[in-house]
Amino acid sequence: MITLDLQDSSTREINRRLHQLAPDTNETAWRIANPKGAHSLAVGLTLPISVEVDGHVGYYCAGMNKEARITVKGHAGQGLAENIMSGTVRVTGNASQAAAASGHGGLVVIEGDASSRCGISMKGVDIVVGGSVGHMSAFMAQAGHLVVCGDAGPDLGDSIYEAVIYLRGKAASLGSDCVEKEMTEEHRKTLAALLKRAQIDADPAAFRRYGSARQLYNFKIDNVGSY
Amino acid sequence: MCGIVGLFLKDSGLYPQLGALLAPMLIGMEERGPDSAGIAVYRNGVPEGAVKMTLFHADPDFDWQALVHRLKKDLGTAAEGEVRATHFVMMAQIAAEVLRPWLARAYPEVRVMGLGERIELFKEKGLPSEVVERFRLAEMGGSHAVGHTRMATESAVTTEHSHPFSTGLDLCLVHNGSLSNHNRLRARLARRGIAFQTDNDTEVAAGYFTYRLREGDSLDQALEAGLSDLDGFYTFAIGTKDGFAVLRDSFACKPAVLAETEAWVAMASEYRSIAHLPGAREARIWEPEPARIYTWTRPAAA
Repeated sequence: MITLDLQDSSTREINRRLHQLAPDTNETAWRIANPKGAHSLAVGLTLPISVEVDGHVGYYCAGMNKEARITVKGHAGQGLAENIMSGTVRVTGNASQAAAASGHGGLVVIEGDASSRCGISMKGVDIVVGGSVGHMSAFMAQAGHLVVCGDAGPDLGDSIYEAVIYLRGKAASLGSDCVEKEMTEEHRKTLAALLKRAQIDADPAAFRRYGSARQLYNFKIDNVGSY
Repeated sequence: MCGIVGLFLKDSGLYPQLGALLAPMLIGMEERGPDSAGIAVYRNGVPEGAVKMTLFHADPDFDWQALVHRLKKDLGTAAEGEVRATHFVMMAQIAAEVLRPWLARAYPEVRVMGLGERIELFKEKGLPSEVVERFRLAEMGGSHAVGHTRMATESAVTTEHSHPFSTGLDLCLVHNGSLSNHNRLRARLARRGIAFQTDNDTEVAAGYFTYRLREGDSLDQALEAGLSDLDGFYTFAIGTKDGFAVLRDSFACKPAVLAETEAWVAMASEYRSIAHLPGAREARIWEPEPARIYTWTRPAAA
């Protein structure tokens, strides 16, 4: 494992080092030491390397991630894994606002709580939260899954499109056009697979499913394949 | 933008280090607020019947000893104090209601920054790192403190418009955000006898809490009422004589992190202002919930 230390290098130097790796690199295991709340760490990675950040990070960690497996051993500030395309981002603590905002793909795991607007405008990313999420989570969520093992704050899934929410606890309230839907065997299977990928131990049978009532936007069944 | 910080020490053994711990917190928020900075430190309480007043004069060479002499001559009150850059912390055995009108008559150009039994309040234009240096923050002990780094958006960049704002005894407030109903509220509060020194929105919030406390609210009640009466975006950190509070509006767009250990409670706009505190990595760290009141109070002095 190669260690990059923020005590000796700037965020920009560390990110550049990771960006300059060749696609066939042997340097696939990295550790970032002493983050101390620094912003924009490990953003824009495009290779299937693993990066372990040893401590709490600031804003926009792991943004735009492609392929890389990034683990934050600590808490994350706002905008974690913003616009993630693929790969995995895991936080062992809590994440602040707008985690996985606008994410297109990949998996984001937050072992603790996520605060408000988790998965806002998500476009295909899968998010698994071990704890609870704050208000307006999955706001305008278009595709992907948001799994919440704890409770959800007010206005869960407001103006949601075709993303799917699995919630084990209670929602303080559901947002506009978000409704509870039947949990079939197929959904339990999907959920079980998500929890397994996230390595979060929870019983799929204990969750409820929420999604769009499709009253707020022009849902056309012909387009169902594009979500 | 702006950055706000607060530090409340639970372990009195850390009191001598308050300023030294707070200074990097404030400097850590320099990028969020390079226009001006300010701190309110709660320390060295005056005996009963006495008052502590932080005064400001734009001229760094202003003769504060002359002011002390004139106070003695006019009112027969002995005072002592300490100069920190453009500020003078004065302690006198006199009621605030007597001292204040005298000051306004004798020295209309001198501004009262903070007033009470324990508060000392310093604020100035310039980079937070310069402001910290100018006021020698690192050498100040105390029980708790709040600080602010300002990126001005809604009123002028002057010392007077800098945070913290203090409108009542030992109460002060720092704010990240902007209030939208401050003009109407200022007029309402002015009619009820709350005095304002500027056209700044945050001063209105400080005035509002002062008014509620004056009317008999507890700090928690005043903050609860603020949730419905203050319209706009805000994360507030509030200091009182013996307490510290954090409040965010119900949308919670303005960032905040809280961290707590056995020894201290810290609040900042970003975690990087907390990272240097002893035991920060193992602290309980969370984002304060919207519209929820967080308060900590110092145990009553023995």
